Amino acid sequence: MLIGLMGRLLAARKGTVLAIVLLQLVQTTANLLLPTLNAAIIDDGVVRGQVPAILQLGSWMAAVALVQVAAAIAAGYLGAVAAMELGRQLRGELFAKVQSMSSQEVGAFGAASLVTRATNDVTQIQNLTVLVFTMLVAAPAIFVGGILLAIHQDIVLSGIVVAVVPALAVIMALIVRKLVPLYRQGQDLIDRVGRVLREQIIGANVIRGFVRQGHEIRRFDAVNKDLTQNNLRSALLVAGMMPLIMLVVNLSSVGVVWFGGHRIQSGQMRLGALTAFIAYILQILIAIMMAMYVFMTAPRAAASAERIQAVLDTVPAITDGTGGVAPEGHDVEFTDVSFAYPGAEAPVLDGVSFTAVSGTVTAVIGATGSGKTTLLNLLPRFLAATGGTISIGGVDVRTLPLDALRRLTAVVPQHSYLFTGTVAANLRMGAPAATDEDLWRVLRSAQAEDFVRRLPLGLEAPVSQGGTNFSGGQRQRLCIARALLREAPVYLFDDSFSALDYGTDRRLREALAPLLRTATVLVVAERVATIVDAGLILVLEGGRVVAQGTHRQLMESSPSYREIAASQLVLEETR
Amino acid sequence: MTPEQALDAETAAGIEAGAEAPAARDARDQPLVDTPSGGRNQSLPVVSPEEPPKGARIHWRTARRLLGLLRPSRWRMAGVIAATCAFVALNVAAPKLLGDATDVVVAGAVGGNFNQAELAALLALVSVLYLGASVFSWIQGSLTAVAVQGLGYGLRASVERKLHVLPSSHFDEQHRGDVLSRATNDVDNVAQALNQLLNQLIMSLLMLTGALAMMLWLSPVLAVIALVSVPVSTLITVPVARRSQAHFTEQWAGTGDLHARLEESVTGHEVLKAFGRQEEAAAAFREGNDKLFRASARAQYVSGVVQPLMVFVSNLNYIAVAVVGALQVLAGALTIGGLQAFVQFSRLFSQPMGQIGGMLTLVQSCLVSAGRVFELLDSPEIEAEDAPQPAGKPTDPAAAAAAAAAALAPQGGSGRVVFDHVSFGYSPGSPVVQDLSFTGEPGQTVAIVGSTGAGKTTVVNLLMRFYDPDSGRITVDGADTTEMSRDELRARIGTVLQDAWLFTGSVRDNIAYGRPDAGDDEIAAAARASHVDQFVRALPGGYTTMLGNDGDSLSRGQRQLISIARAHLAGRNILVLDEATSSVDSRTEAQIRHAMRELRQGRTSFVIAHRLSTVRDADLILVMDHGRIVEQGTHQQLMAKGGLYLKMYEAQFARREHRNDVREPGE
Repeated sequence: MLIGLMGRLLAARKGTVLAIVLLQLVQTTANLLLPTLNAAIIDDGVVRGQVPAILQLGSWMAAVALVQVAAAIAAGYLGAVAAMELGRQLRGELFAKVQSMSSQEVGAFGAASLVTRATNDVTQIQNLTVLVFTMLVAAPAIFVGGILLAIHQDIVLSGIVVAVVPALAVIMALIVRKLVPLYRQGQDLIDRVGRVLREQIIGANVIRGFVRQGHEIRRFDAVNKDLTQNNLRSALLVAGMMPLIMLVVNLSSVGVVWFGGHRIQSGQMRLGALTAFIAYILQILIAIMMAMYVFMTAPRAAASAERIQAVLDTVPAITDGTGGVAPEGHDVEFTDVSFAYPGAEAPVLDGVSFTAVSGTVTAVIGATGSGKTTLLNLLPRFLAATGGTISIGGVDVRTLPLDALRRLTAVVPQHSYLFTGTVAANLRMGAPAATDEDLWRVLRSAQAEDFVRRLPLGLEAPVSQGGTNFSGGQRQRLCIARALLREAPVYLFDDSFSALDYGTDRRLREALAPLLRTATVLVVAERVATIVDAGLILVLEGGRVVAQGTHRQLMESSPSYREIAASQLVLEETR
Repeated sequence: MTPEQALDAETAAGIEAGAEAPAARDARDQPLVDTPSGGRNQSLPVVSPEEPPKGARIHWRTARRLLGLLRPSRWRMAGVIAATCAFVALNVAAPKLLGDATDVVVAGAVGGNFNQAELAALLALVSVLYLGASVFSWIQGSLTAVAVQGLGYGLRASVERKLHVLPSSHFDEQHRGDVLSRATNDVDNVAQALNQLLNQLIMSLLMLTGALAMMLWLSPVLAVIALVSVPVSTLITVPVARRSQAHFTEQWAGTGDLHARLEESVTGHEVLKAFGRQEEAAAAFREGNDKLFRASARAQYVSGVVQPLMVFVSNLNYIAVAVVGALQVLAGALTIGGLQAFVQFSRLFSQPMGQIGGMLTLVQSCLVSAGRVFELLDSPEIEAEDAPQPAGKPTDPAAAAAAAAAALAPQGGSGRVVFDHVSFGYSPGSPVVQDLSFTGEPGQTVAIVGSTGAGKTTVVNLLMRFYDPDSGRITVDGADTTEMSRDELRARIGTVLQDAWLFTGSVRDNIAYGRPDAGDDEIAAAARASHVDQFVRALPGGYTTMLGNDGDSLSRGQRQLISIARAHLAGRNILVLDEATSSVDSRTEAQIRHAMRELRQGRTSFVIAHRLSTVRDADLILVMDHGRIVEQGTHQQLMAKGGLYLKMYEAQFARREHRNDVREPGE
């Protein structure tokens, strides 16, 4: 997953990647040349007593060092830009994908999780990319280069390197194999710690109310201990690995002096090679440590890559229709519509049929979980019906482009969501060209004029994220005003009056009536009082329409409706 | 009045129906801190928790406090330092001896008197030294790991315990994410950074000293050359680090900004679609994304320059040593073995210098995180009380659990609750409830009705002692509640709060939350009485079905029902239902109400509701307006009285023409 994702992103930047690899090779070669030149200083300069040779070789070394630093900085620059570009691209792709997803698909991941994936997880990939550019390219080059140069200096003595490398490889493989699962488990444990803390923060009053702090402390202590133990285990492994690698490398330099000493005595090797050899072994050690570092970061990034890819692989179920037929009129018709979540035993909606005639109000009422909101969400295709057809003005909604379909509908959602900005900016969402007079007009209709006028900045009053600086009732009225400004032919109100007191509710409905005279209005409601005047009332029970008609008809014919009404108007009976 | 309440005051004309607005609720939970002036223009959250602590002094204080946390491991840290000293000594001595060995080889090559025995002896000694160095390095690393992980464990435990003594206002929507982020990300960052810092910083500093000492001993001239690299490196690192710091800050700010944009368009994505505003949202996102890209790329390459430059300085130093050293050997001031050893030392010297430079960023980020954690740990707690609470200091969890178990033991008494001239305000000068007096007798149901801001939820907050009254007293079975511990008091009360909270775990565990020892039959009985049984049986795993993510696989109404079952099972002698059925449809609610009749027997119940149908059966209805009880009595009495209650009633049930169509359900 990680390799696939990074491969795709890097393939698009072949030129940059190639340049970085070349620059890193130059940089590494230069670094490796320095001990070789140093060996030459000893052999050609010190041993022969040649001062000019020492100085000349010294200036060669300085030139090589300059090339090295230039190449390293250039590689660093290109790598930084490429890695951050890659992050930007991933974030952009994720955002575009999320925008094309339906609420159901967003819900499957969870909003919080999607945000984390686009920020935190992308950062993990980004960090790994930087490491790959700086270390993973250089490490094998240093490693191979070091071995080659060692062989060039003295083939026989290189036997030590040949012996040491597999030893190091075995140590590394053993430890990394233990580390990777530990790191992966550690990520899960961090998630678990976060989850417990989150619950304790959200449920603080319940915990205090039931005096369960002791239980919560113990519950947290258990995960905290698990996490600490996991962290400790991996930290101890790393603490054991480094000295072991150092020991092997250091002992090999002892071996170099011993065997090298004998070869020098027998005249098979030059003196300078000894110093150079020790430097090469150090280089090889550095290369191994760099590779280790990449390998240790990779498991975390791999987990992130899986999480990102899962979002990118989502195929949006709802796509633009291609039909070009424009709707005639705007009656809404549901024909045998059903909806079920994948894998669920029972459908949420089952065989729903009705016609909402323009110029009338169609109300949907039913118990918690009876499918009212789902029904409403099917029309603008926030959710896709799994059976039957829905049409506006005789045209199947699936054949309309999504933008065109949604221009036909003005929605007041159940969850009154406002965006950061000002009251005016929120209202103008659907009608950017609306004048201030237009805004006041819809605010008046939505019974929101009074409190907006009382805000110090009026229309320009700030709105915090989600609209949390307004009360629930105020948010609902602002959302209603926002929808009214749209002047769409079809209005959808999803339990939009629930946070209003009964008086405001009535005034609002009276104000809305003339505005919506020609529109098709669908209302989900909980209160019978809200819908008694509706032209058509649908009674939903377990996803089925068990009765439909006007209030009077239903009071006669539907026991379910009578029960609902009774439970709310029960006080009327008392005298 | 808090700003949100002020904003909402006009709604108070009628009766707030539907779920009480979270914003208004939060406002009421707010203690003294957030409302200095109560001005209307304060409608935006005043807190900016992202602001990192500024100034070197704060950093110093944070650093000292952080190191203070290592106190319990002070012997271990002494061990770390001792092991590091031993490691450095051995690691520094070994190259010198290896140099001596090279000299033996050189003597053989140049002079012809190759002493194999001496070489063997020297190399054997070097091997032992290297072995010892590795052992000490291992000891050092292991001790540090244990100390740092212990510190991380303690820090997490302190933060978690702190959560239980923070005032509720800390957990409103604005603070929640920040508190959570401090408790997880920041603690984690501190532990990780500290592990690396303690390991490397001590090692690097000692290594620097050791290598310098050996270089001075081997060749003072070369040592001076090597020392030149110190100011050069500093000159390069400090300005770059300073510049990159600014870019890093920009990068973090950019991340936060993008996070906010994303959060908004994901949470509100349905609205965006409905209003055809995806393009605008995408453009805003692109802008943030580009800004973040520029800042992070700049931070990355500016800080990325440090490392190659340090390598360059180290290489120049290496070259200088190689050249000057070679000349010195020719002049007879140094042996070839000495030169080789010196080259190794100069590497040992410049390497930790580079590392220390690289650690500057790590130190910064570690201290910022530690500062944020300490800030949380230092925030004011709910008032301390006679009974010991698990305060900020870690206590033995077993002892805390035992204390909680003791508190949970069944309490005597019948649950008679008396409010005696109680007044209270969240901020001085703006009382939320005034001169409140009433009595809840055992077996009675007391209902509280009134508009938003009338002080209904405050009555519950006072009874539960989430807050204490400013004047007057509240007694339970004759005892003043302020004289019992909060836990003792709450152990008598079963609550169903407006926000139905479920934790990760099975349905069964969630119902048994208030009484973990309950048997299956008791749980099933409570579930049946609360209308939970039917829908739980339809879940794939029945009562063992795991609920995750705040129980979001269930509807809000279903979550409320589970909360009711929880209170049902807890079997306390006082029952508080705060808008407990606000999201349950009215028919189900009527059924629950019937089932609850039995539950209310022999208990004192308090019911807060906006639906008057919910409170109709109550023995005593308190009508609150602007913090005062303006009317009280039974439903019939209040209807007859023709006051505010009747007005509220008429507003809710204005459609009188339908009265003749309506029958009592199930009766």
